[in-house]
Parts: sequence; C-alpha cells; structure tokens
Amino acid sequence: MSTQKATGTQKQGRMMTGAEIFVRSLVAEGVEVVFGYPGGATIGIYDALVDLSDIKHVLVRHEQGATHAAEGYAKATGKPGVVLVTSGPGATNTVTGIADAFMDSIPIVVFTGQVSLPLIGNDAFQEADIVGITRPITKHNYLVRDVKELAKTVKEAFYIASTGRPGPVLVDLPKDVMAHKTTFHYPESVEVRSYKPVVEGHPKQIKKAAEVISTAKRPVLYVGGGAIQSNAAPELRKLAETLQCPVTTTLHGLGAFPENSPLAMGMLGMHGTWYSNVAVSYCDVLIAVGARFDDRVTGKVEAFAAEAQKIHIDIDPSAISKNVKVDVPIVGDVKRVLKQLNEMVQRLDTKDWLATIQQWKKEHPLRYRSGDAIRAQYVIQKLGEITGGDAIVVTDVGQHQMWTAQFFKWIHPRSHITSGGLGTMGFSLPAAMGASFGRKDLPVISISGDGGFQMNSQEMATVVEHKLPMKIFVINNGFLGMVRQWQELFWRRRYSHVGLSNPNFVKLAEAYGCTAYRVEHSSDVEDVIRKALAHKDGPVFVEFVVEQEDNVYPMIPSGQTVNEILDMPDPVLKPSNGVPEESLMTVVKG
Amino acid sequence: MSHIEHPPKSGSEPKETEHYKRHTISILVENKFGAFNRIAGMFAAKGYNIDSLSVGPTEEEDVSRMTIVTRGDDQIIEQITKQLNKLIDTLKVVDLTFENFVDRELVLVKVQTTQSTRPEIMQIAEIFRAKIVDISPRSVTLESTGSQQKVDAIIKMLKPFGIKELARTGRVALKREFQGEV
Repeated sequence: MSTQKATGTQKQGRMMTGAEIFVRSLVAEGVEVVFGYPGGATIGIYDALVDLSDIKHVLVRHEQGATHAAEGYAKATGKPGVVLVTSGPGATNTVTGIADAFMDSIPIVVFTGQVSLPLIGNDAFQEADIVGITRPITKHNYLVRDVKELAKTVKEAFYIASTGRPGPVLVDLPKDVMAHKTTFHYPESVEVRSYKPVVEGHPKQIKKAAEVISTAKRPVLYVGGGAIQSNAAPELRKLAETLQCPVTTTLHGLGAFPENSPLAMGMLGMHGTWYSNVAVSYCDVLIAVGARFDDRVTGKVEAFAAEAQKIHIDIDPSAISKNVKVDVPIVGDVKRVLKQLNEMVQRLDTKDWLATIQQWKKEHPLRYRSGDAIRAQYVIQKLGEITGGDAIVVTDVGQHQMWTAQFFKWIHPRSHITSGGLGTMGFSLPAAMGASFGRKDLPVISISGDGGFQMNSQEMATVVEHKLPMKIFVINNGFLGMVRQWQELFWRRRYSHVGLSNPNFVKLAEAYGCTAYRVEHSSDVEDVIRKALAHKDGPVFVEFVVEQEDNVYPMIPSGQTVNEILDMPDPVLKPSNGVPEESLMTVVKG
Repeated sequence: MSHIEHPPKSGSEPKETEHYKRHTISILVENKFGAFNRIAGMFAAKGYNIDSLSVGPTEEEDVSRMTIVTRGDDQIIEQITKQLNKLIDTLKVVDLTFENFVDRELVLVKVQTTQSTRPEIMQIAEIFRAKIVDISPRSVTLESTGSQQKVDAIIKMLKPFGIKELARTGRVALKREFQGEV
C-alpha cells in the first residue's frame, strides 16, 4: 500500500493519457536516460516522448543491449537504469539482462509494452506473459491494469529497485491503459507496508562483532559488491587501516579498496591471488562485508575459512547463513554498520600476520609469460599503468575478465563493471555504453573477448551514433578461451567447438564508422593504448591479437579447496638464438 | 562445522529427525495479482518441498493467508522463512512449528458402496463424526474435518471399500491464543 502525499510537478486537474503520465512520471523521478526500442504496443508512449525532451532516449539495436546498458549506467552512477521496450519479443529480449541484474543486485527498472487488457491471454500478436516469465528473476514486477495506478506504480518500482538489496523491477504497460485518461499526481514519497528493508545494524550484534574482532590475530576483510553499492569505500578503508587488517575483494568488490595499499591482497576465489586464498584459509577472524559466499569464492564450503570466526554484514537477511554458517550476522546497510563499527574497534597487533602475507606475495605473485606473442595480461597491466586506475573498465565474461580483475590495479569504487553472477557473454559493449552515458569524468573502456564481443556487437552502431568517447578493446585469441582452458585442464585437451572463425574485426568496426586499430606485436601495445586514450572524437576500437592458448592462473578447480590450487607451471624457457623465447613477468598487488 | 548440508533435492525423502522435520508455516500476503504465484514459484525455483498448501481470504479484505506444510532441516527452514520474507508482497511469516497451534484439514471422499457395505461405511462415518454429503446407489460421499492424522485415518478405513475420488484441502492453521498450558 502506498500513501500519496503531495502532487507531483503537474498541476491537478488536466486529464492526460497513460502514455503522457508515464513519461511525466519518469521526468518527476529524475530519469535522464532511457535505453529503449519502440514497437506496436509502446507506440503511444513513444508519441508522448516527442513532446517531452527532458529525457534522453537512446535507441539501442537489440533489447538485450538496452538492459545491459541500463546495468552499466546503474553500476557506474549508482542511479537506477531505465529500459523501455515493446511487448512480446521486445520484452523477452530483455530477459537475459534482467536475470543478470538480479544476480548482481543492480537497480534497473524495465518498462515493457503489453497488448491491451482484453487481449491478454488470447495469444494476441506480440503477446508474451512477461510478468510470469520474469517473476523469478526480478525483485518485483507489476502489470498495470488501471491508469489510476500508473504513477504510483512507477514510483514504487523505482523505490523497490534502488533500496534494500537493489535489483531489477519490471512494469508491464498494456497498450489500452496507456491510452486511458486520468489526472496526474506523482507521489513524492512512497511506503510499501510489506517492504521495509533493515538498514540500521543491530547495536548488540555490532558490539559483538567488535568483541570478536578485538581477539583477532589473523583477521581478513572479505569485501563484496555490497560495499560499493552502499558507497562504503571510505568507511571500509578506515576500518582496514585502523585494524591493520588485510583486505581481499570479490570480483564485484574490486575498487572498494585501493590496490595500491599494502593491505590489499587483490581478488580471492577461483582465480584469485594465491596469497588472498591462503590468507583466508589461515585467518582466525573473517569479516565479510557485502559479500555472499558465492561458490566461485568459497570453492568447497566446508574448507572455506574453516578456522575462522565469521562476521557477516549484509543488507539481505537471506544472504546470511545461506551457504556458510556465520557466527556474528549483522543485517544492515554496509556503510552505516561500518561507521558504527569504526567507533568501537582499535588497532590490532597484526604485524606478524602482515609480514607473513607480504612474504607470500613475494613467493607467489600473479605471473604471466611474456614472449613474442602479445599476452592479454600484459595489455591489461599496461592499461592499468597508463590510466593509473583512473578509468571505468567494463569487462565481458571469460579469460580476459579474470585477467582484467587480476592485472588492472583497482583504485576507485565503480571503476570495475562486469557480469559476475550470471556470467553473461555480450555484456561488456552495451554495459560500457550505458556507463559512458552516465559518466563523463573518466574514460570508459570496454574489454571483451572475440567470442563475447560478437554476442552484442550490434551496439557498435549505437556507440558510433552517439559519438561516445569509448575505448572498445577486443582481446582476440581465436578461442572461447575459458572453456578451452577447462577442456585442456580437465577434459584431456579434447577441444570441442571452442575455436572461433572470426570476422575481420577492424573492418567490422570501420564499417560502423569507428576508428579501429589492430595490434599484433607486444612492442606496439603501449603506443596504441596511449593513442586510444588520447582519441577524444567518438569511439575507438582496438583488436589485440594475443597468444591463442594461455590459461588463467592461479586456479582453484570448481568445488575444491586452496590445497588444490593450481599455480602457473614454471615456464619452459626455449632458447632461440641464445635469447629466451619466453620470460616470466610477475605482478604483486599492494 | 560451518558447512550447511542440503539434503538431496530429489529422490527418496530423508527420515524425520530432530533437525529434519515437517514445518507448518503461516504466511500473510497482500491479496494482489500474482502473489500466490510468487510464493509457489519461489518454492519450485529453490527446490523446496511443499507437502500441502492452502490459501484463502482473511479478516482483512486485502490480505490472504497461506498455510504451507514443508520439510527440511533447520537451515533450510530458516532459508525458506527468509526467502518468503524477501518477497515484496509478504506481510508476515510465522513458523507455527515453534508455537502452540490448531490445525484442520477437510477431505471429501467418494466411496464405492453396495447395499451390504453401506451400513459399515455409515458406521465409520459416525465414529469419525464425518457427514454424508452425497449419496447414490453405488456411492456415498463423506466430508470429514480434523487433524491431518484423523483425515489419514478415515481414508485408511475407507480404502478397502474402494475410493472412487478424493479431494483434500491441505492444512489450515492458526496460532493458539494461550501459549502456556493448554
């Protein structure tokens, strides 16, 4: 139930169509950009958009691109992303992006056209039960049956998407409801009696956490995307520095804690650093902050931080004790809880512990081989060095994603955007596009593999149309590299349908009207990155042709423990003309 | 041990123990389009068992009550209540298993009869205080309410005569007002 208080921006009295009310509601909500694609069921809404130019509408080239763009926009700005598509196929094409946003707790609001109310259920043209289809992958969804409910529903949708544990909300808009008329009031506030997210942590639990922390000799902070969602980076830094506690982040936590700090251990989990995984297995107190003990992080759950007392701070009560039982659960907003915790804790004596970790960092750094062929890791490392971390980097899914997480030095929150939970190939280009609409202060760099890039490459047209100053990097190894790696390591190198026959990427980019480069030698990598970053007039595309069969290390095989960690095998140095063909590069974080 | 063991989601049902047992969960939900589907769908999507589910209006016009009988160990039941609370339309979730509660179920059973078996069936009905709600030369339909065990018992008694059709409502339950000595 919502309480309607004052009226919105519009004076009472004038009768308006649902379409106009809808558009005015978006304006009242402060929406700046809508990613959409028109169709029969939304033609009335698109007509209303003509006269209301306060909102920028971005015409994507496929509705999946719209949802990923909205995700990228939301992750980069912290504001909900908005999608507007038509009924039937328009709606079903948004499903992957909605599922992605649900898994990664991204606030987006998706408006779908629907056939007129009397036709619903009749297998009408372009009809799909999108509310039914998306029920398990949305935080909440609505079918608006009465134009009088429309403004209130829009308000609720934004409220639910962006509060508590954020997530996608879908609102289905039947064509006739958009033509019905009523007066417009946009409620200023909203109250849903059955939805009251807990934001304040329980003081007793916070006190208990502080007590547990005070006993720690080998503490570890395990930080997830929740720390970024709640803008808690300053509080987190204060806690880590006060305690002198080492910090490891999940894939979505990258950027929550600056990796130039000596306390930083980089990412943990399946492809995390050796030392962060080992530190977690040896720690005596684990402080989980806005993380959800995902299987890619824990491996075999029985062995995950088995020695440690566990504190878990999360806004979602159902995330607590879902996979791993914790000793001190604290339900609440990460920022607020950390603020209170910071007032109760004191410096710990972790000198020995930090020295041990420092030693591990030296003994087991992140490594890669370098030789004549370009190594993807080298590209990422150089990109990190040249930008100094001052960039928004949007990755796709696969090997390049893990290498970027490993070898880029993450400094700022919201500088790393990727598809984590769902692992959606094709995410990067449209998500980076969305981020680029939301953030003009930093360069936005899309990084994909040759496989993932082709899953949403149609959005090149949108990027070029809007002259977005994006850098679009494709790491081309001619393979679906991560699957190939698994087939190599666990399926006796029986490669099954992992080789890609690719188009000429540079010509493809040029066909879209984009400046494009191909890099084939290590010696050219740095120059081309600098050239791309300096390119201000619209997007620039760079294809890096890299070593075909390289693996992501370290690797903890699925469902196993840190004892089974595969570190990179030592290189076989093959001298040719007296010069080693390959040498070993090492990178230490923190 | 910190690991949460999930019993197999399919296959044979584990035996009831102190930590793995049947729970009766009462849920108040907004009486809105799709609310029932959200709850039933959550159980299906997460692989939780539903032994019975009943839904109907309450004293408040816009609120429905669902009573779900489910099975699981402590952690699963904890997750079920959390996941139910997470759904936007859910107003209140109570696991009645930890409370004193009354529960009832209603069954309609259509039993085959002949002239010779009818008196015996009537006698069983009388013992269970069941009502005869329909009768024909070859069948009689009984209505019985009670706890699940009572309903199970009358069905068992009637089975030898041949049950033509049967409909059960599933359990409805309310917390008792007095939680002390009852």
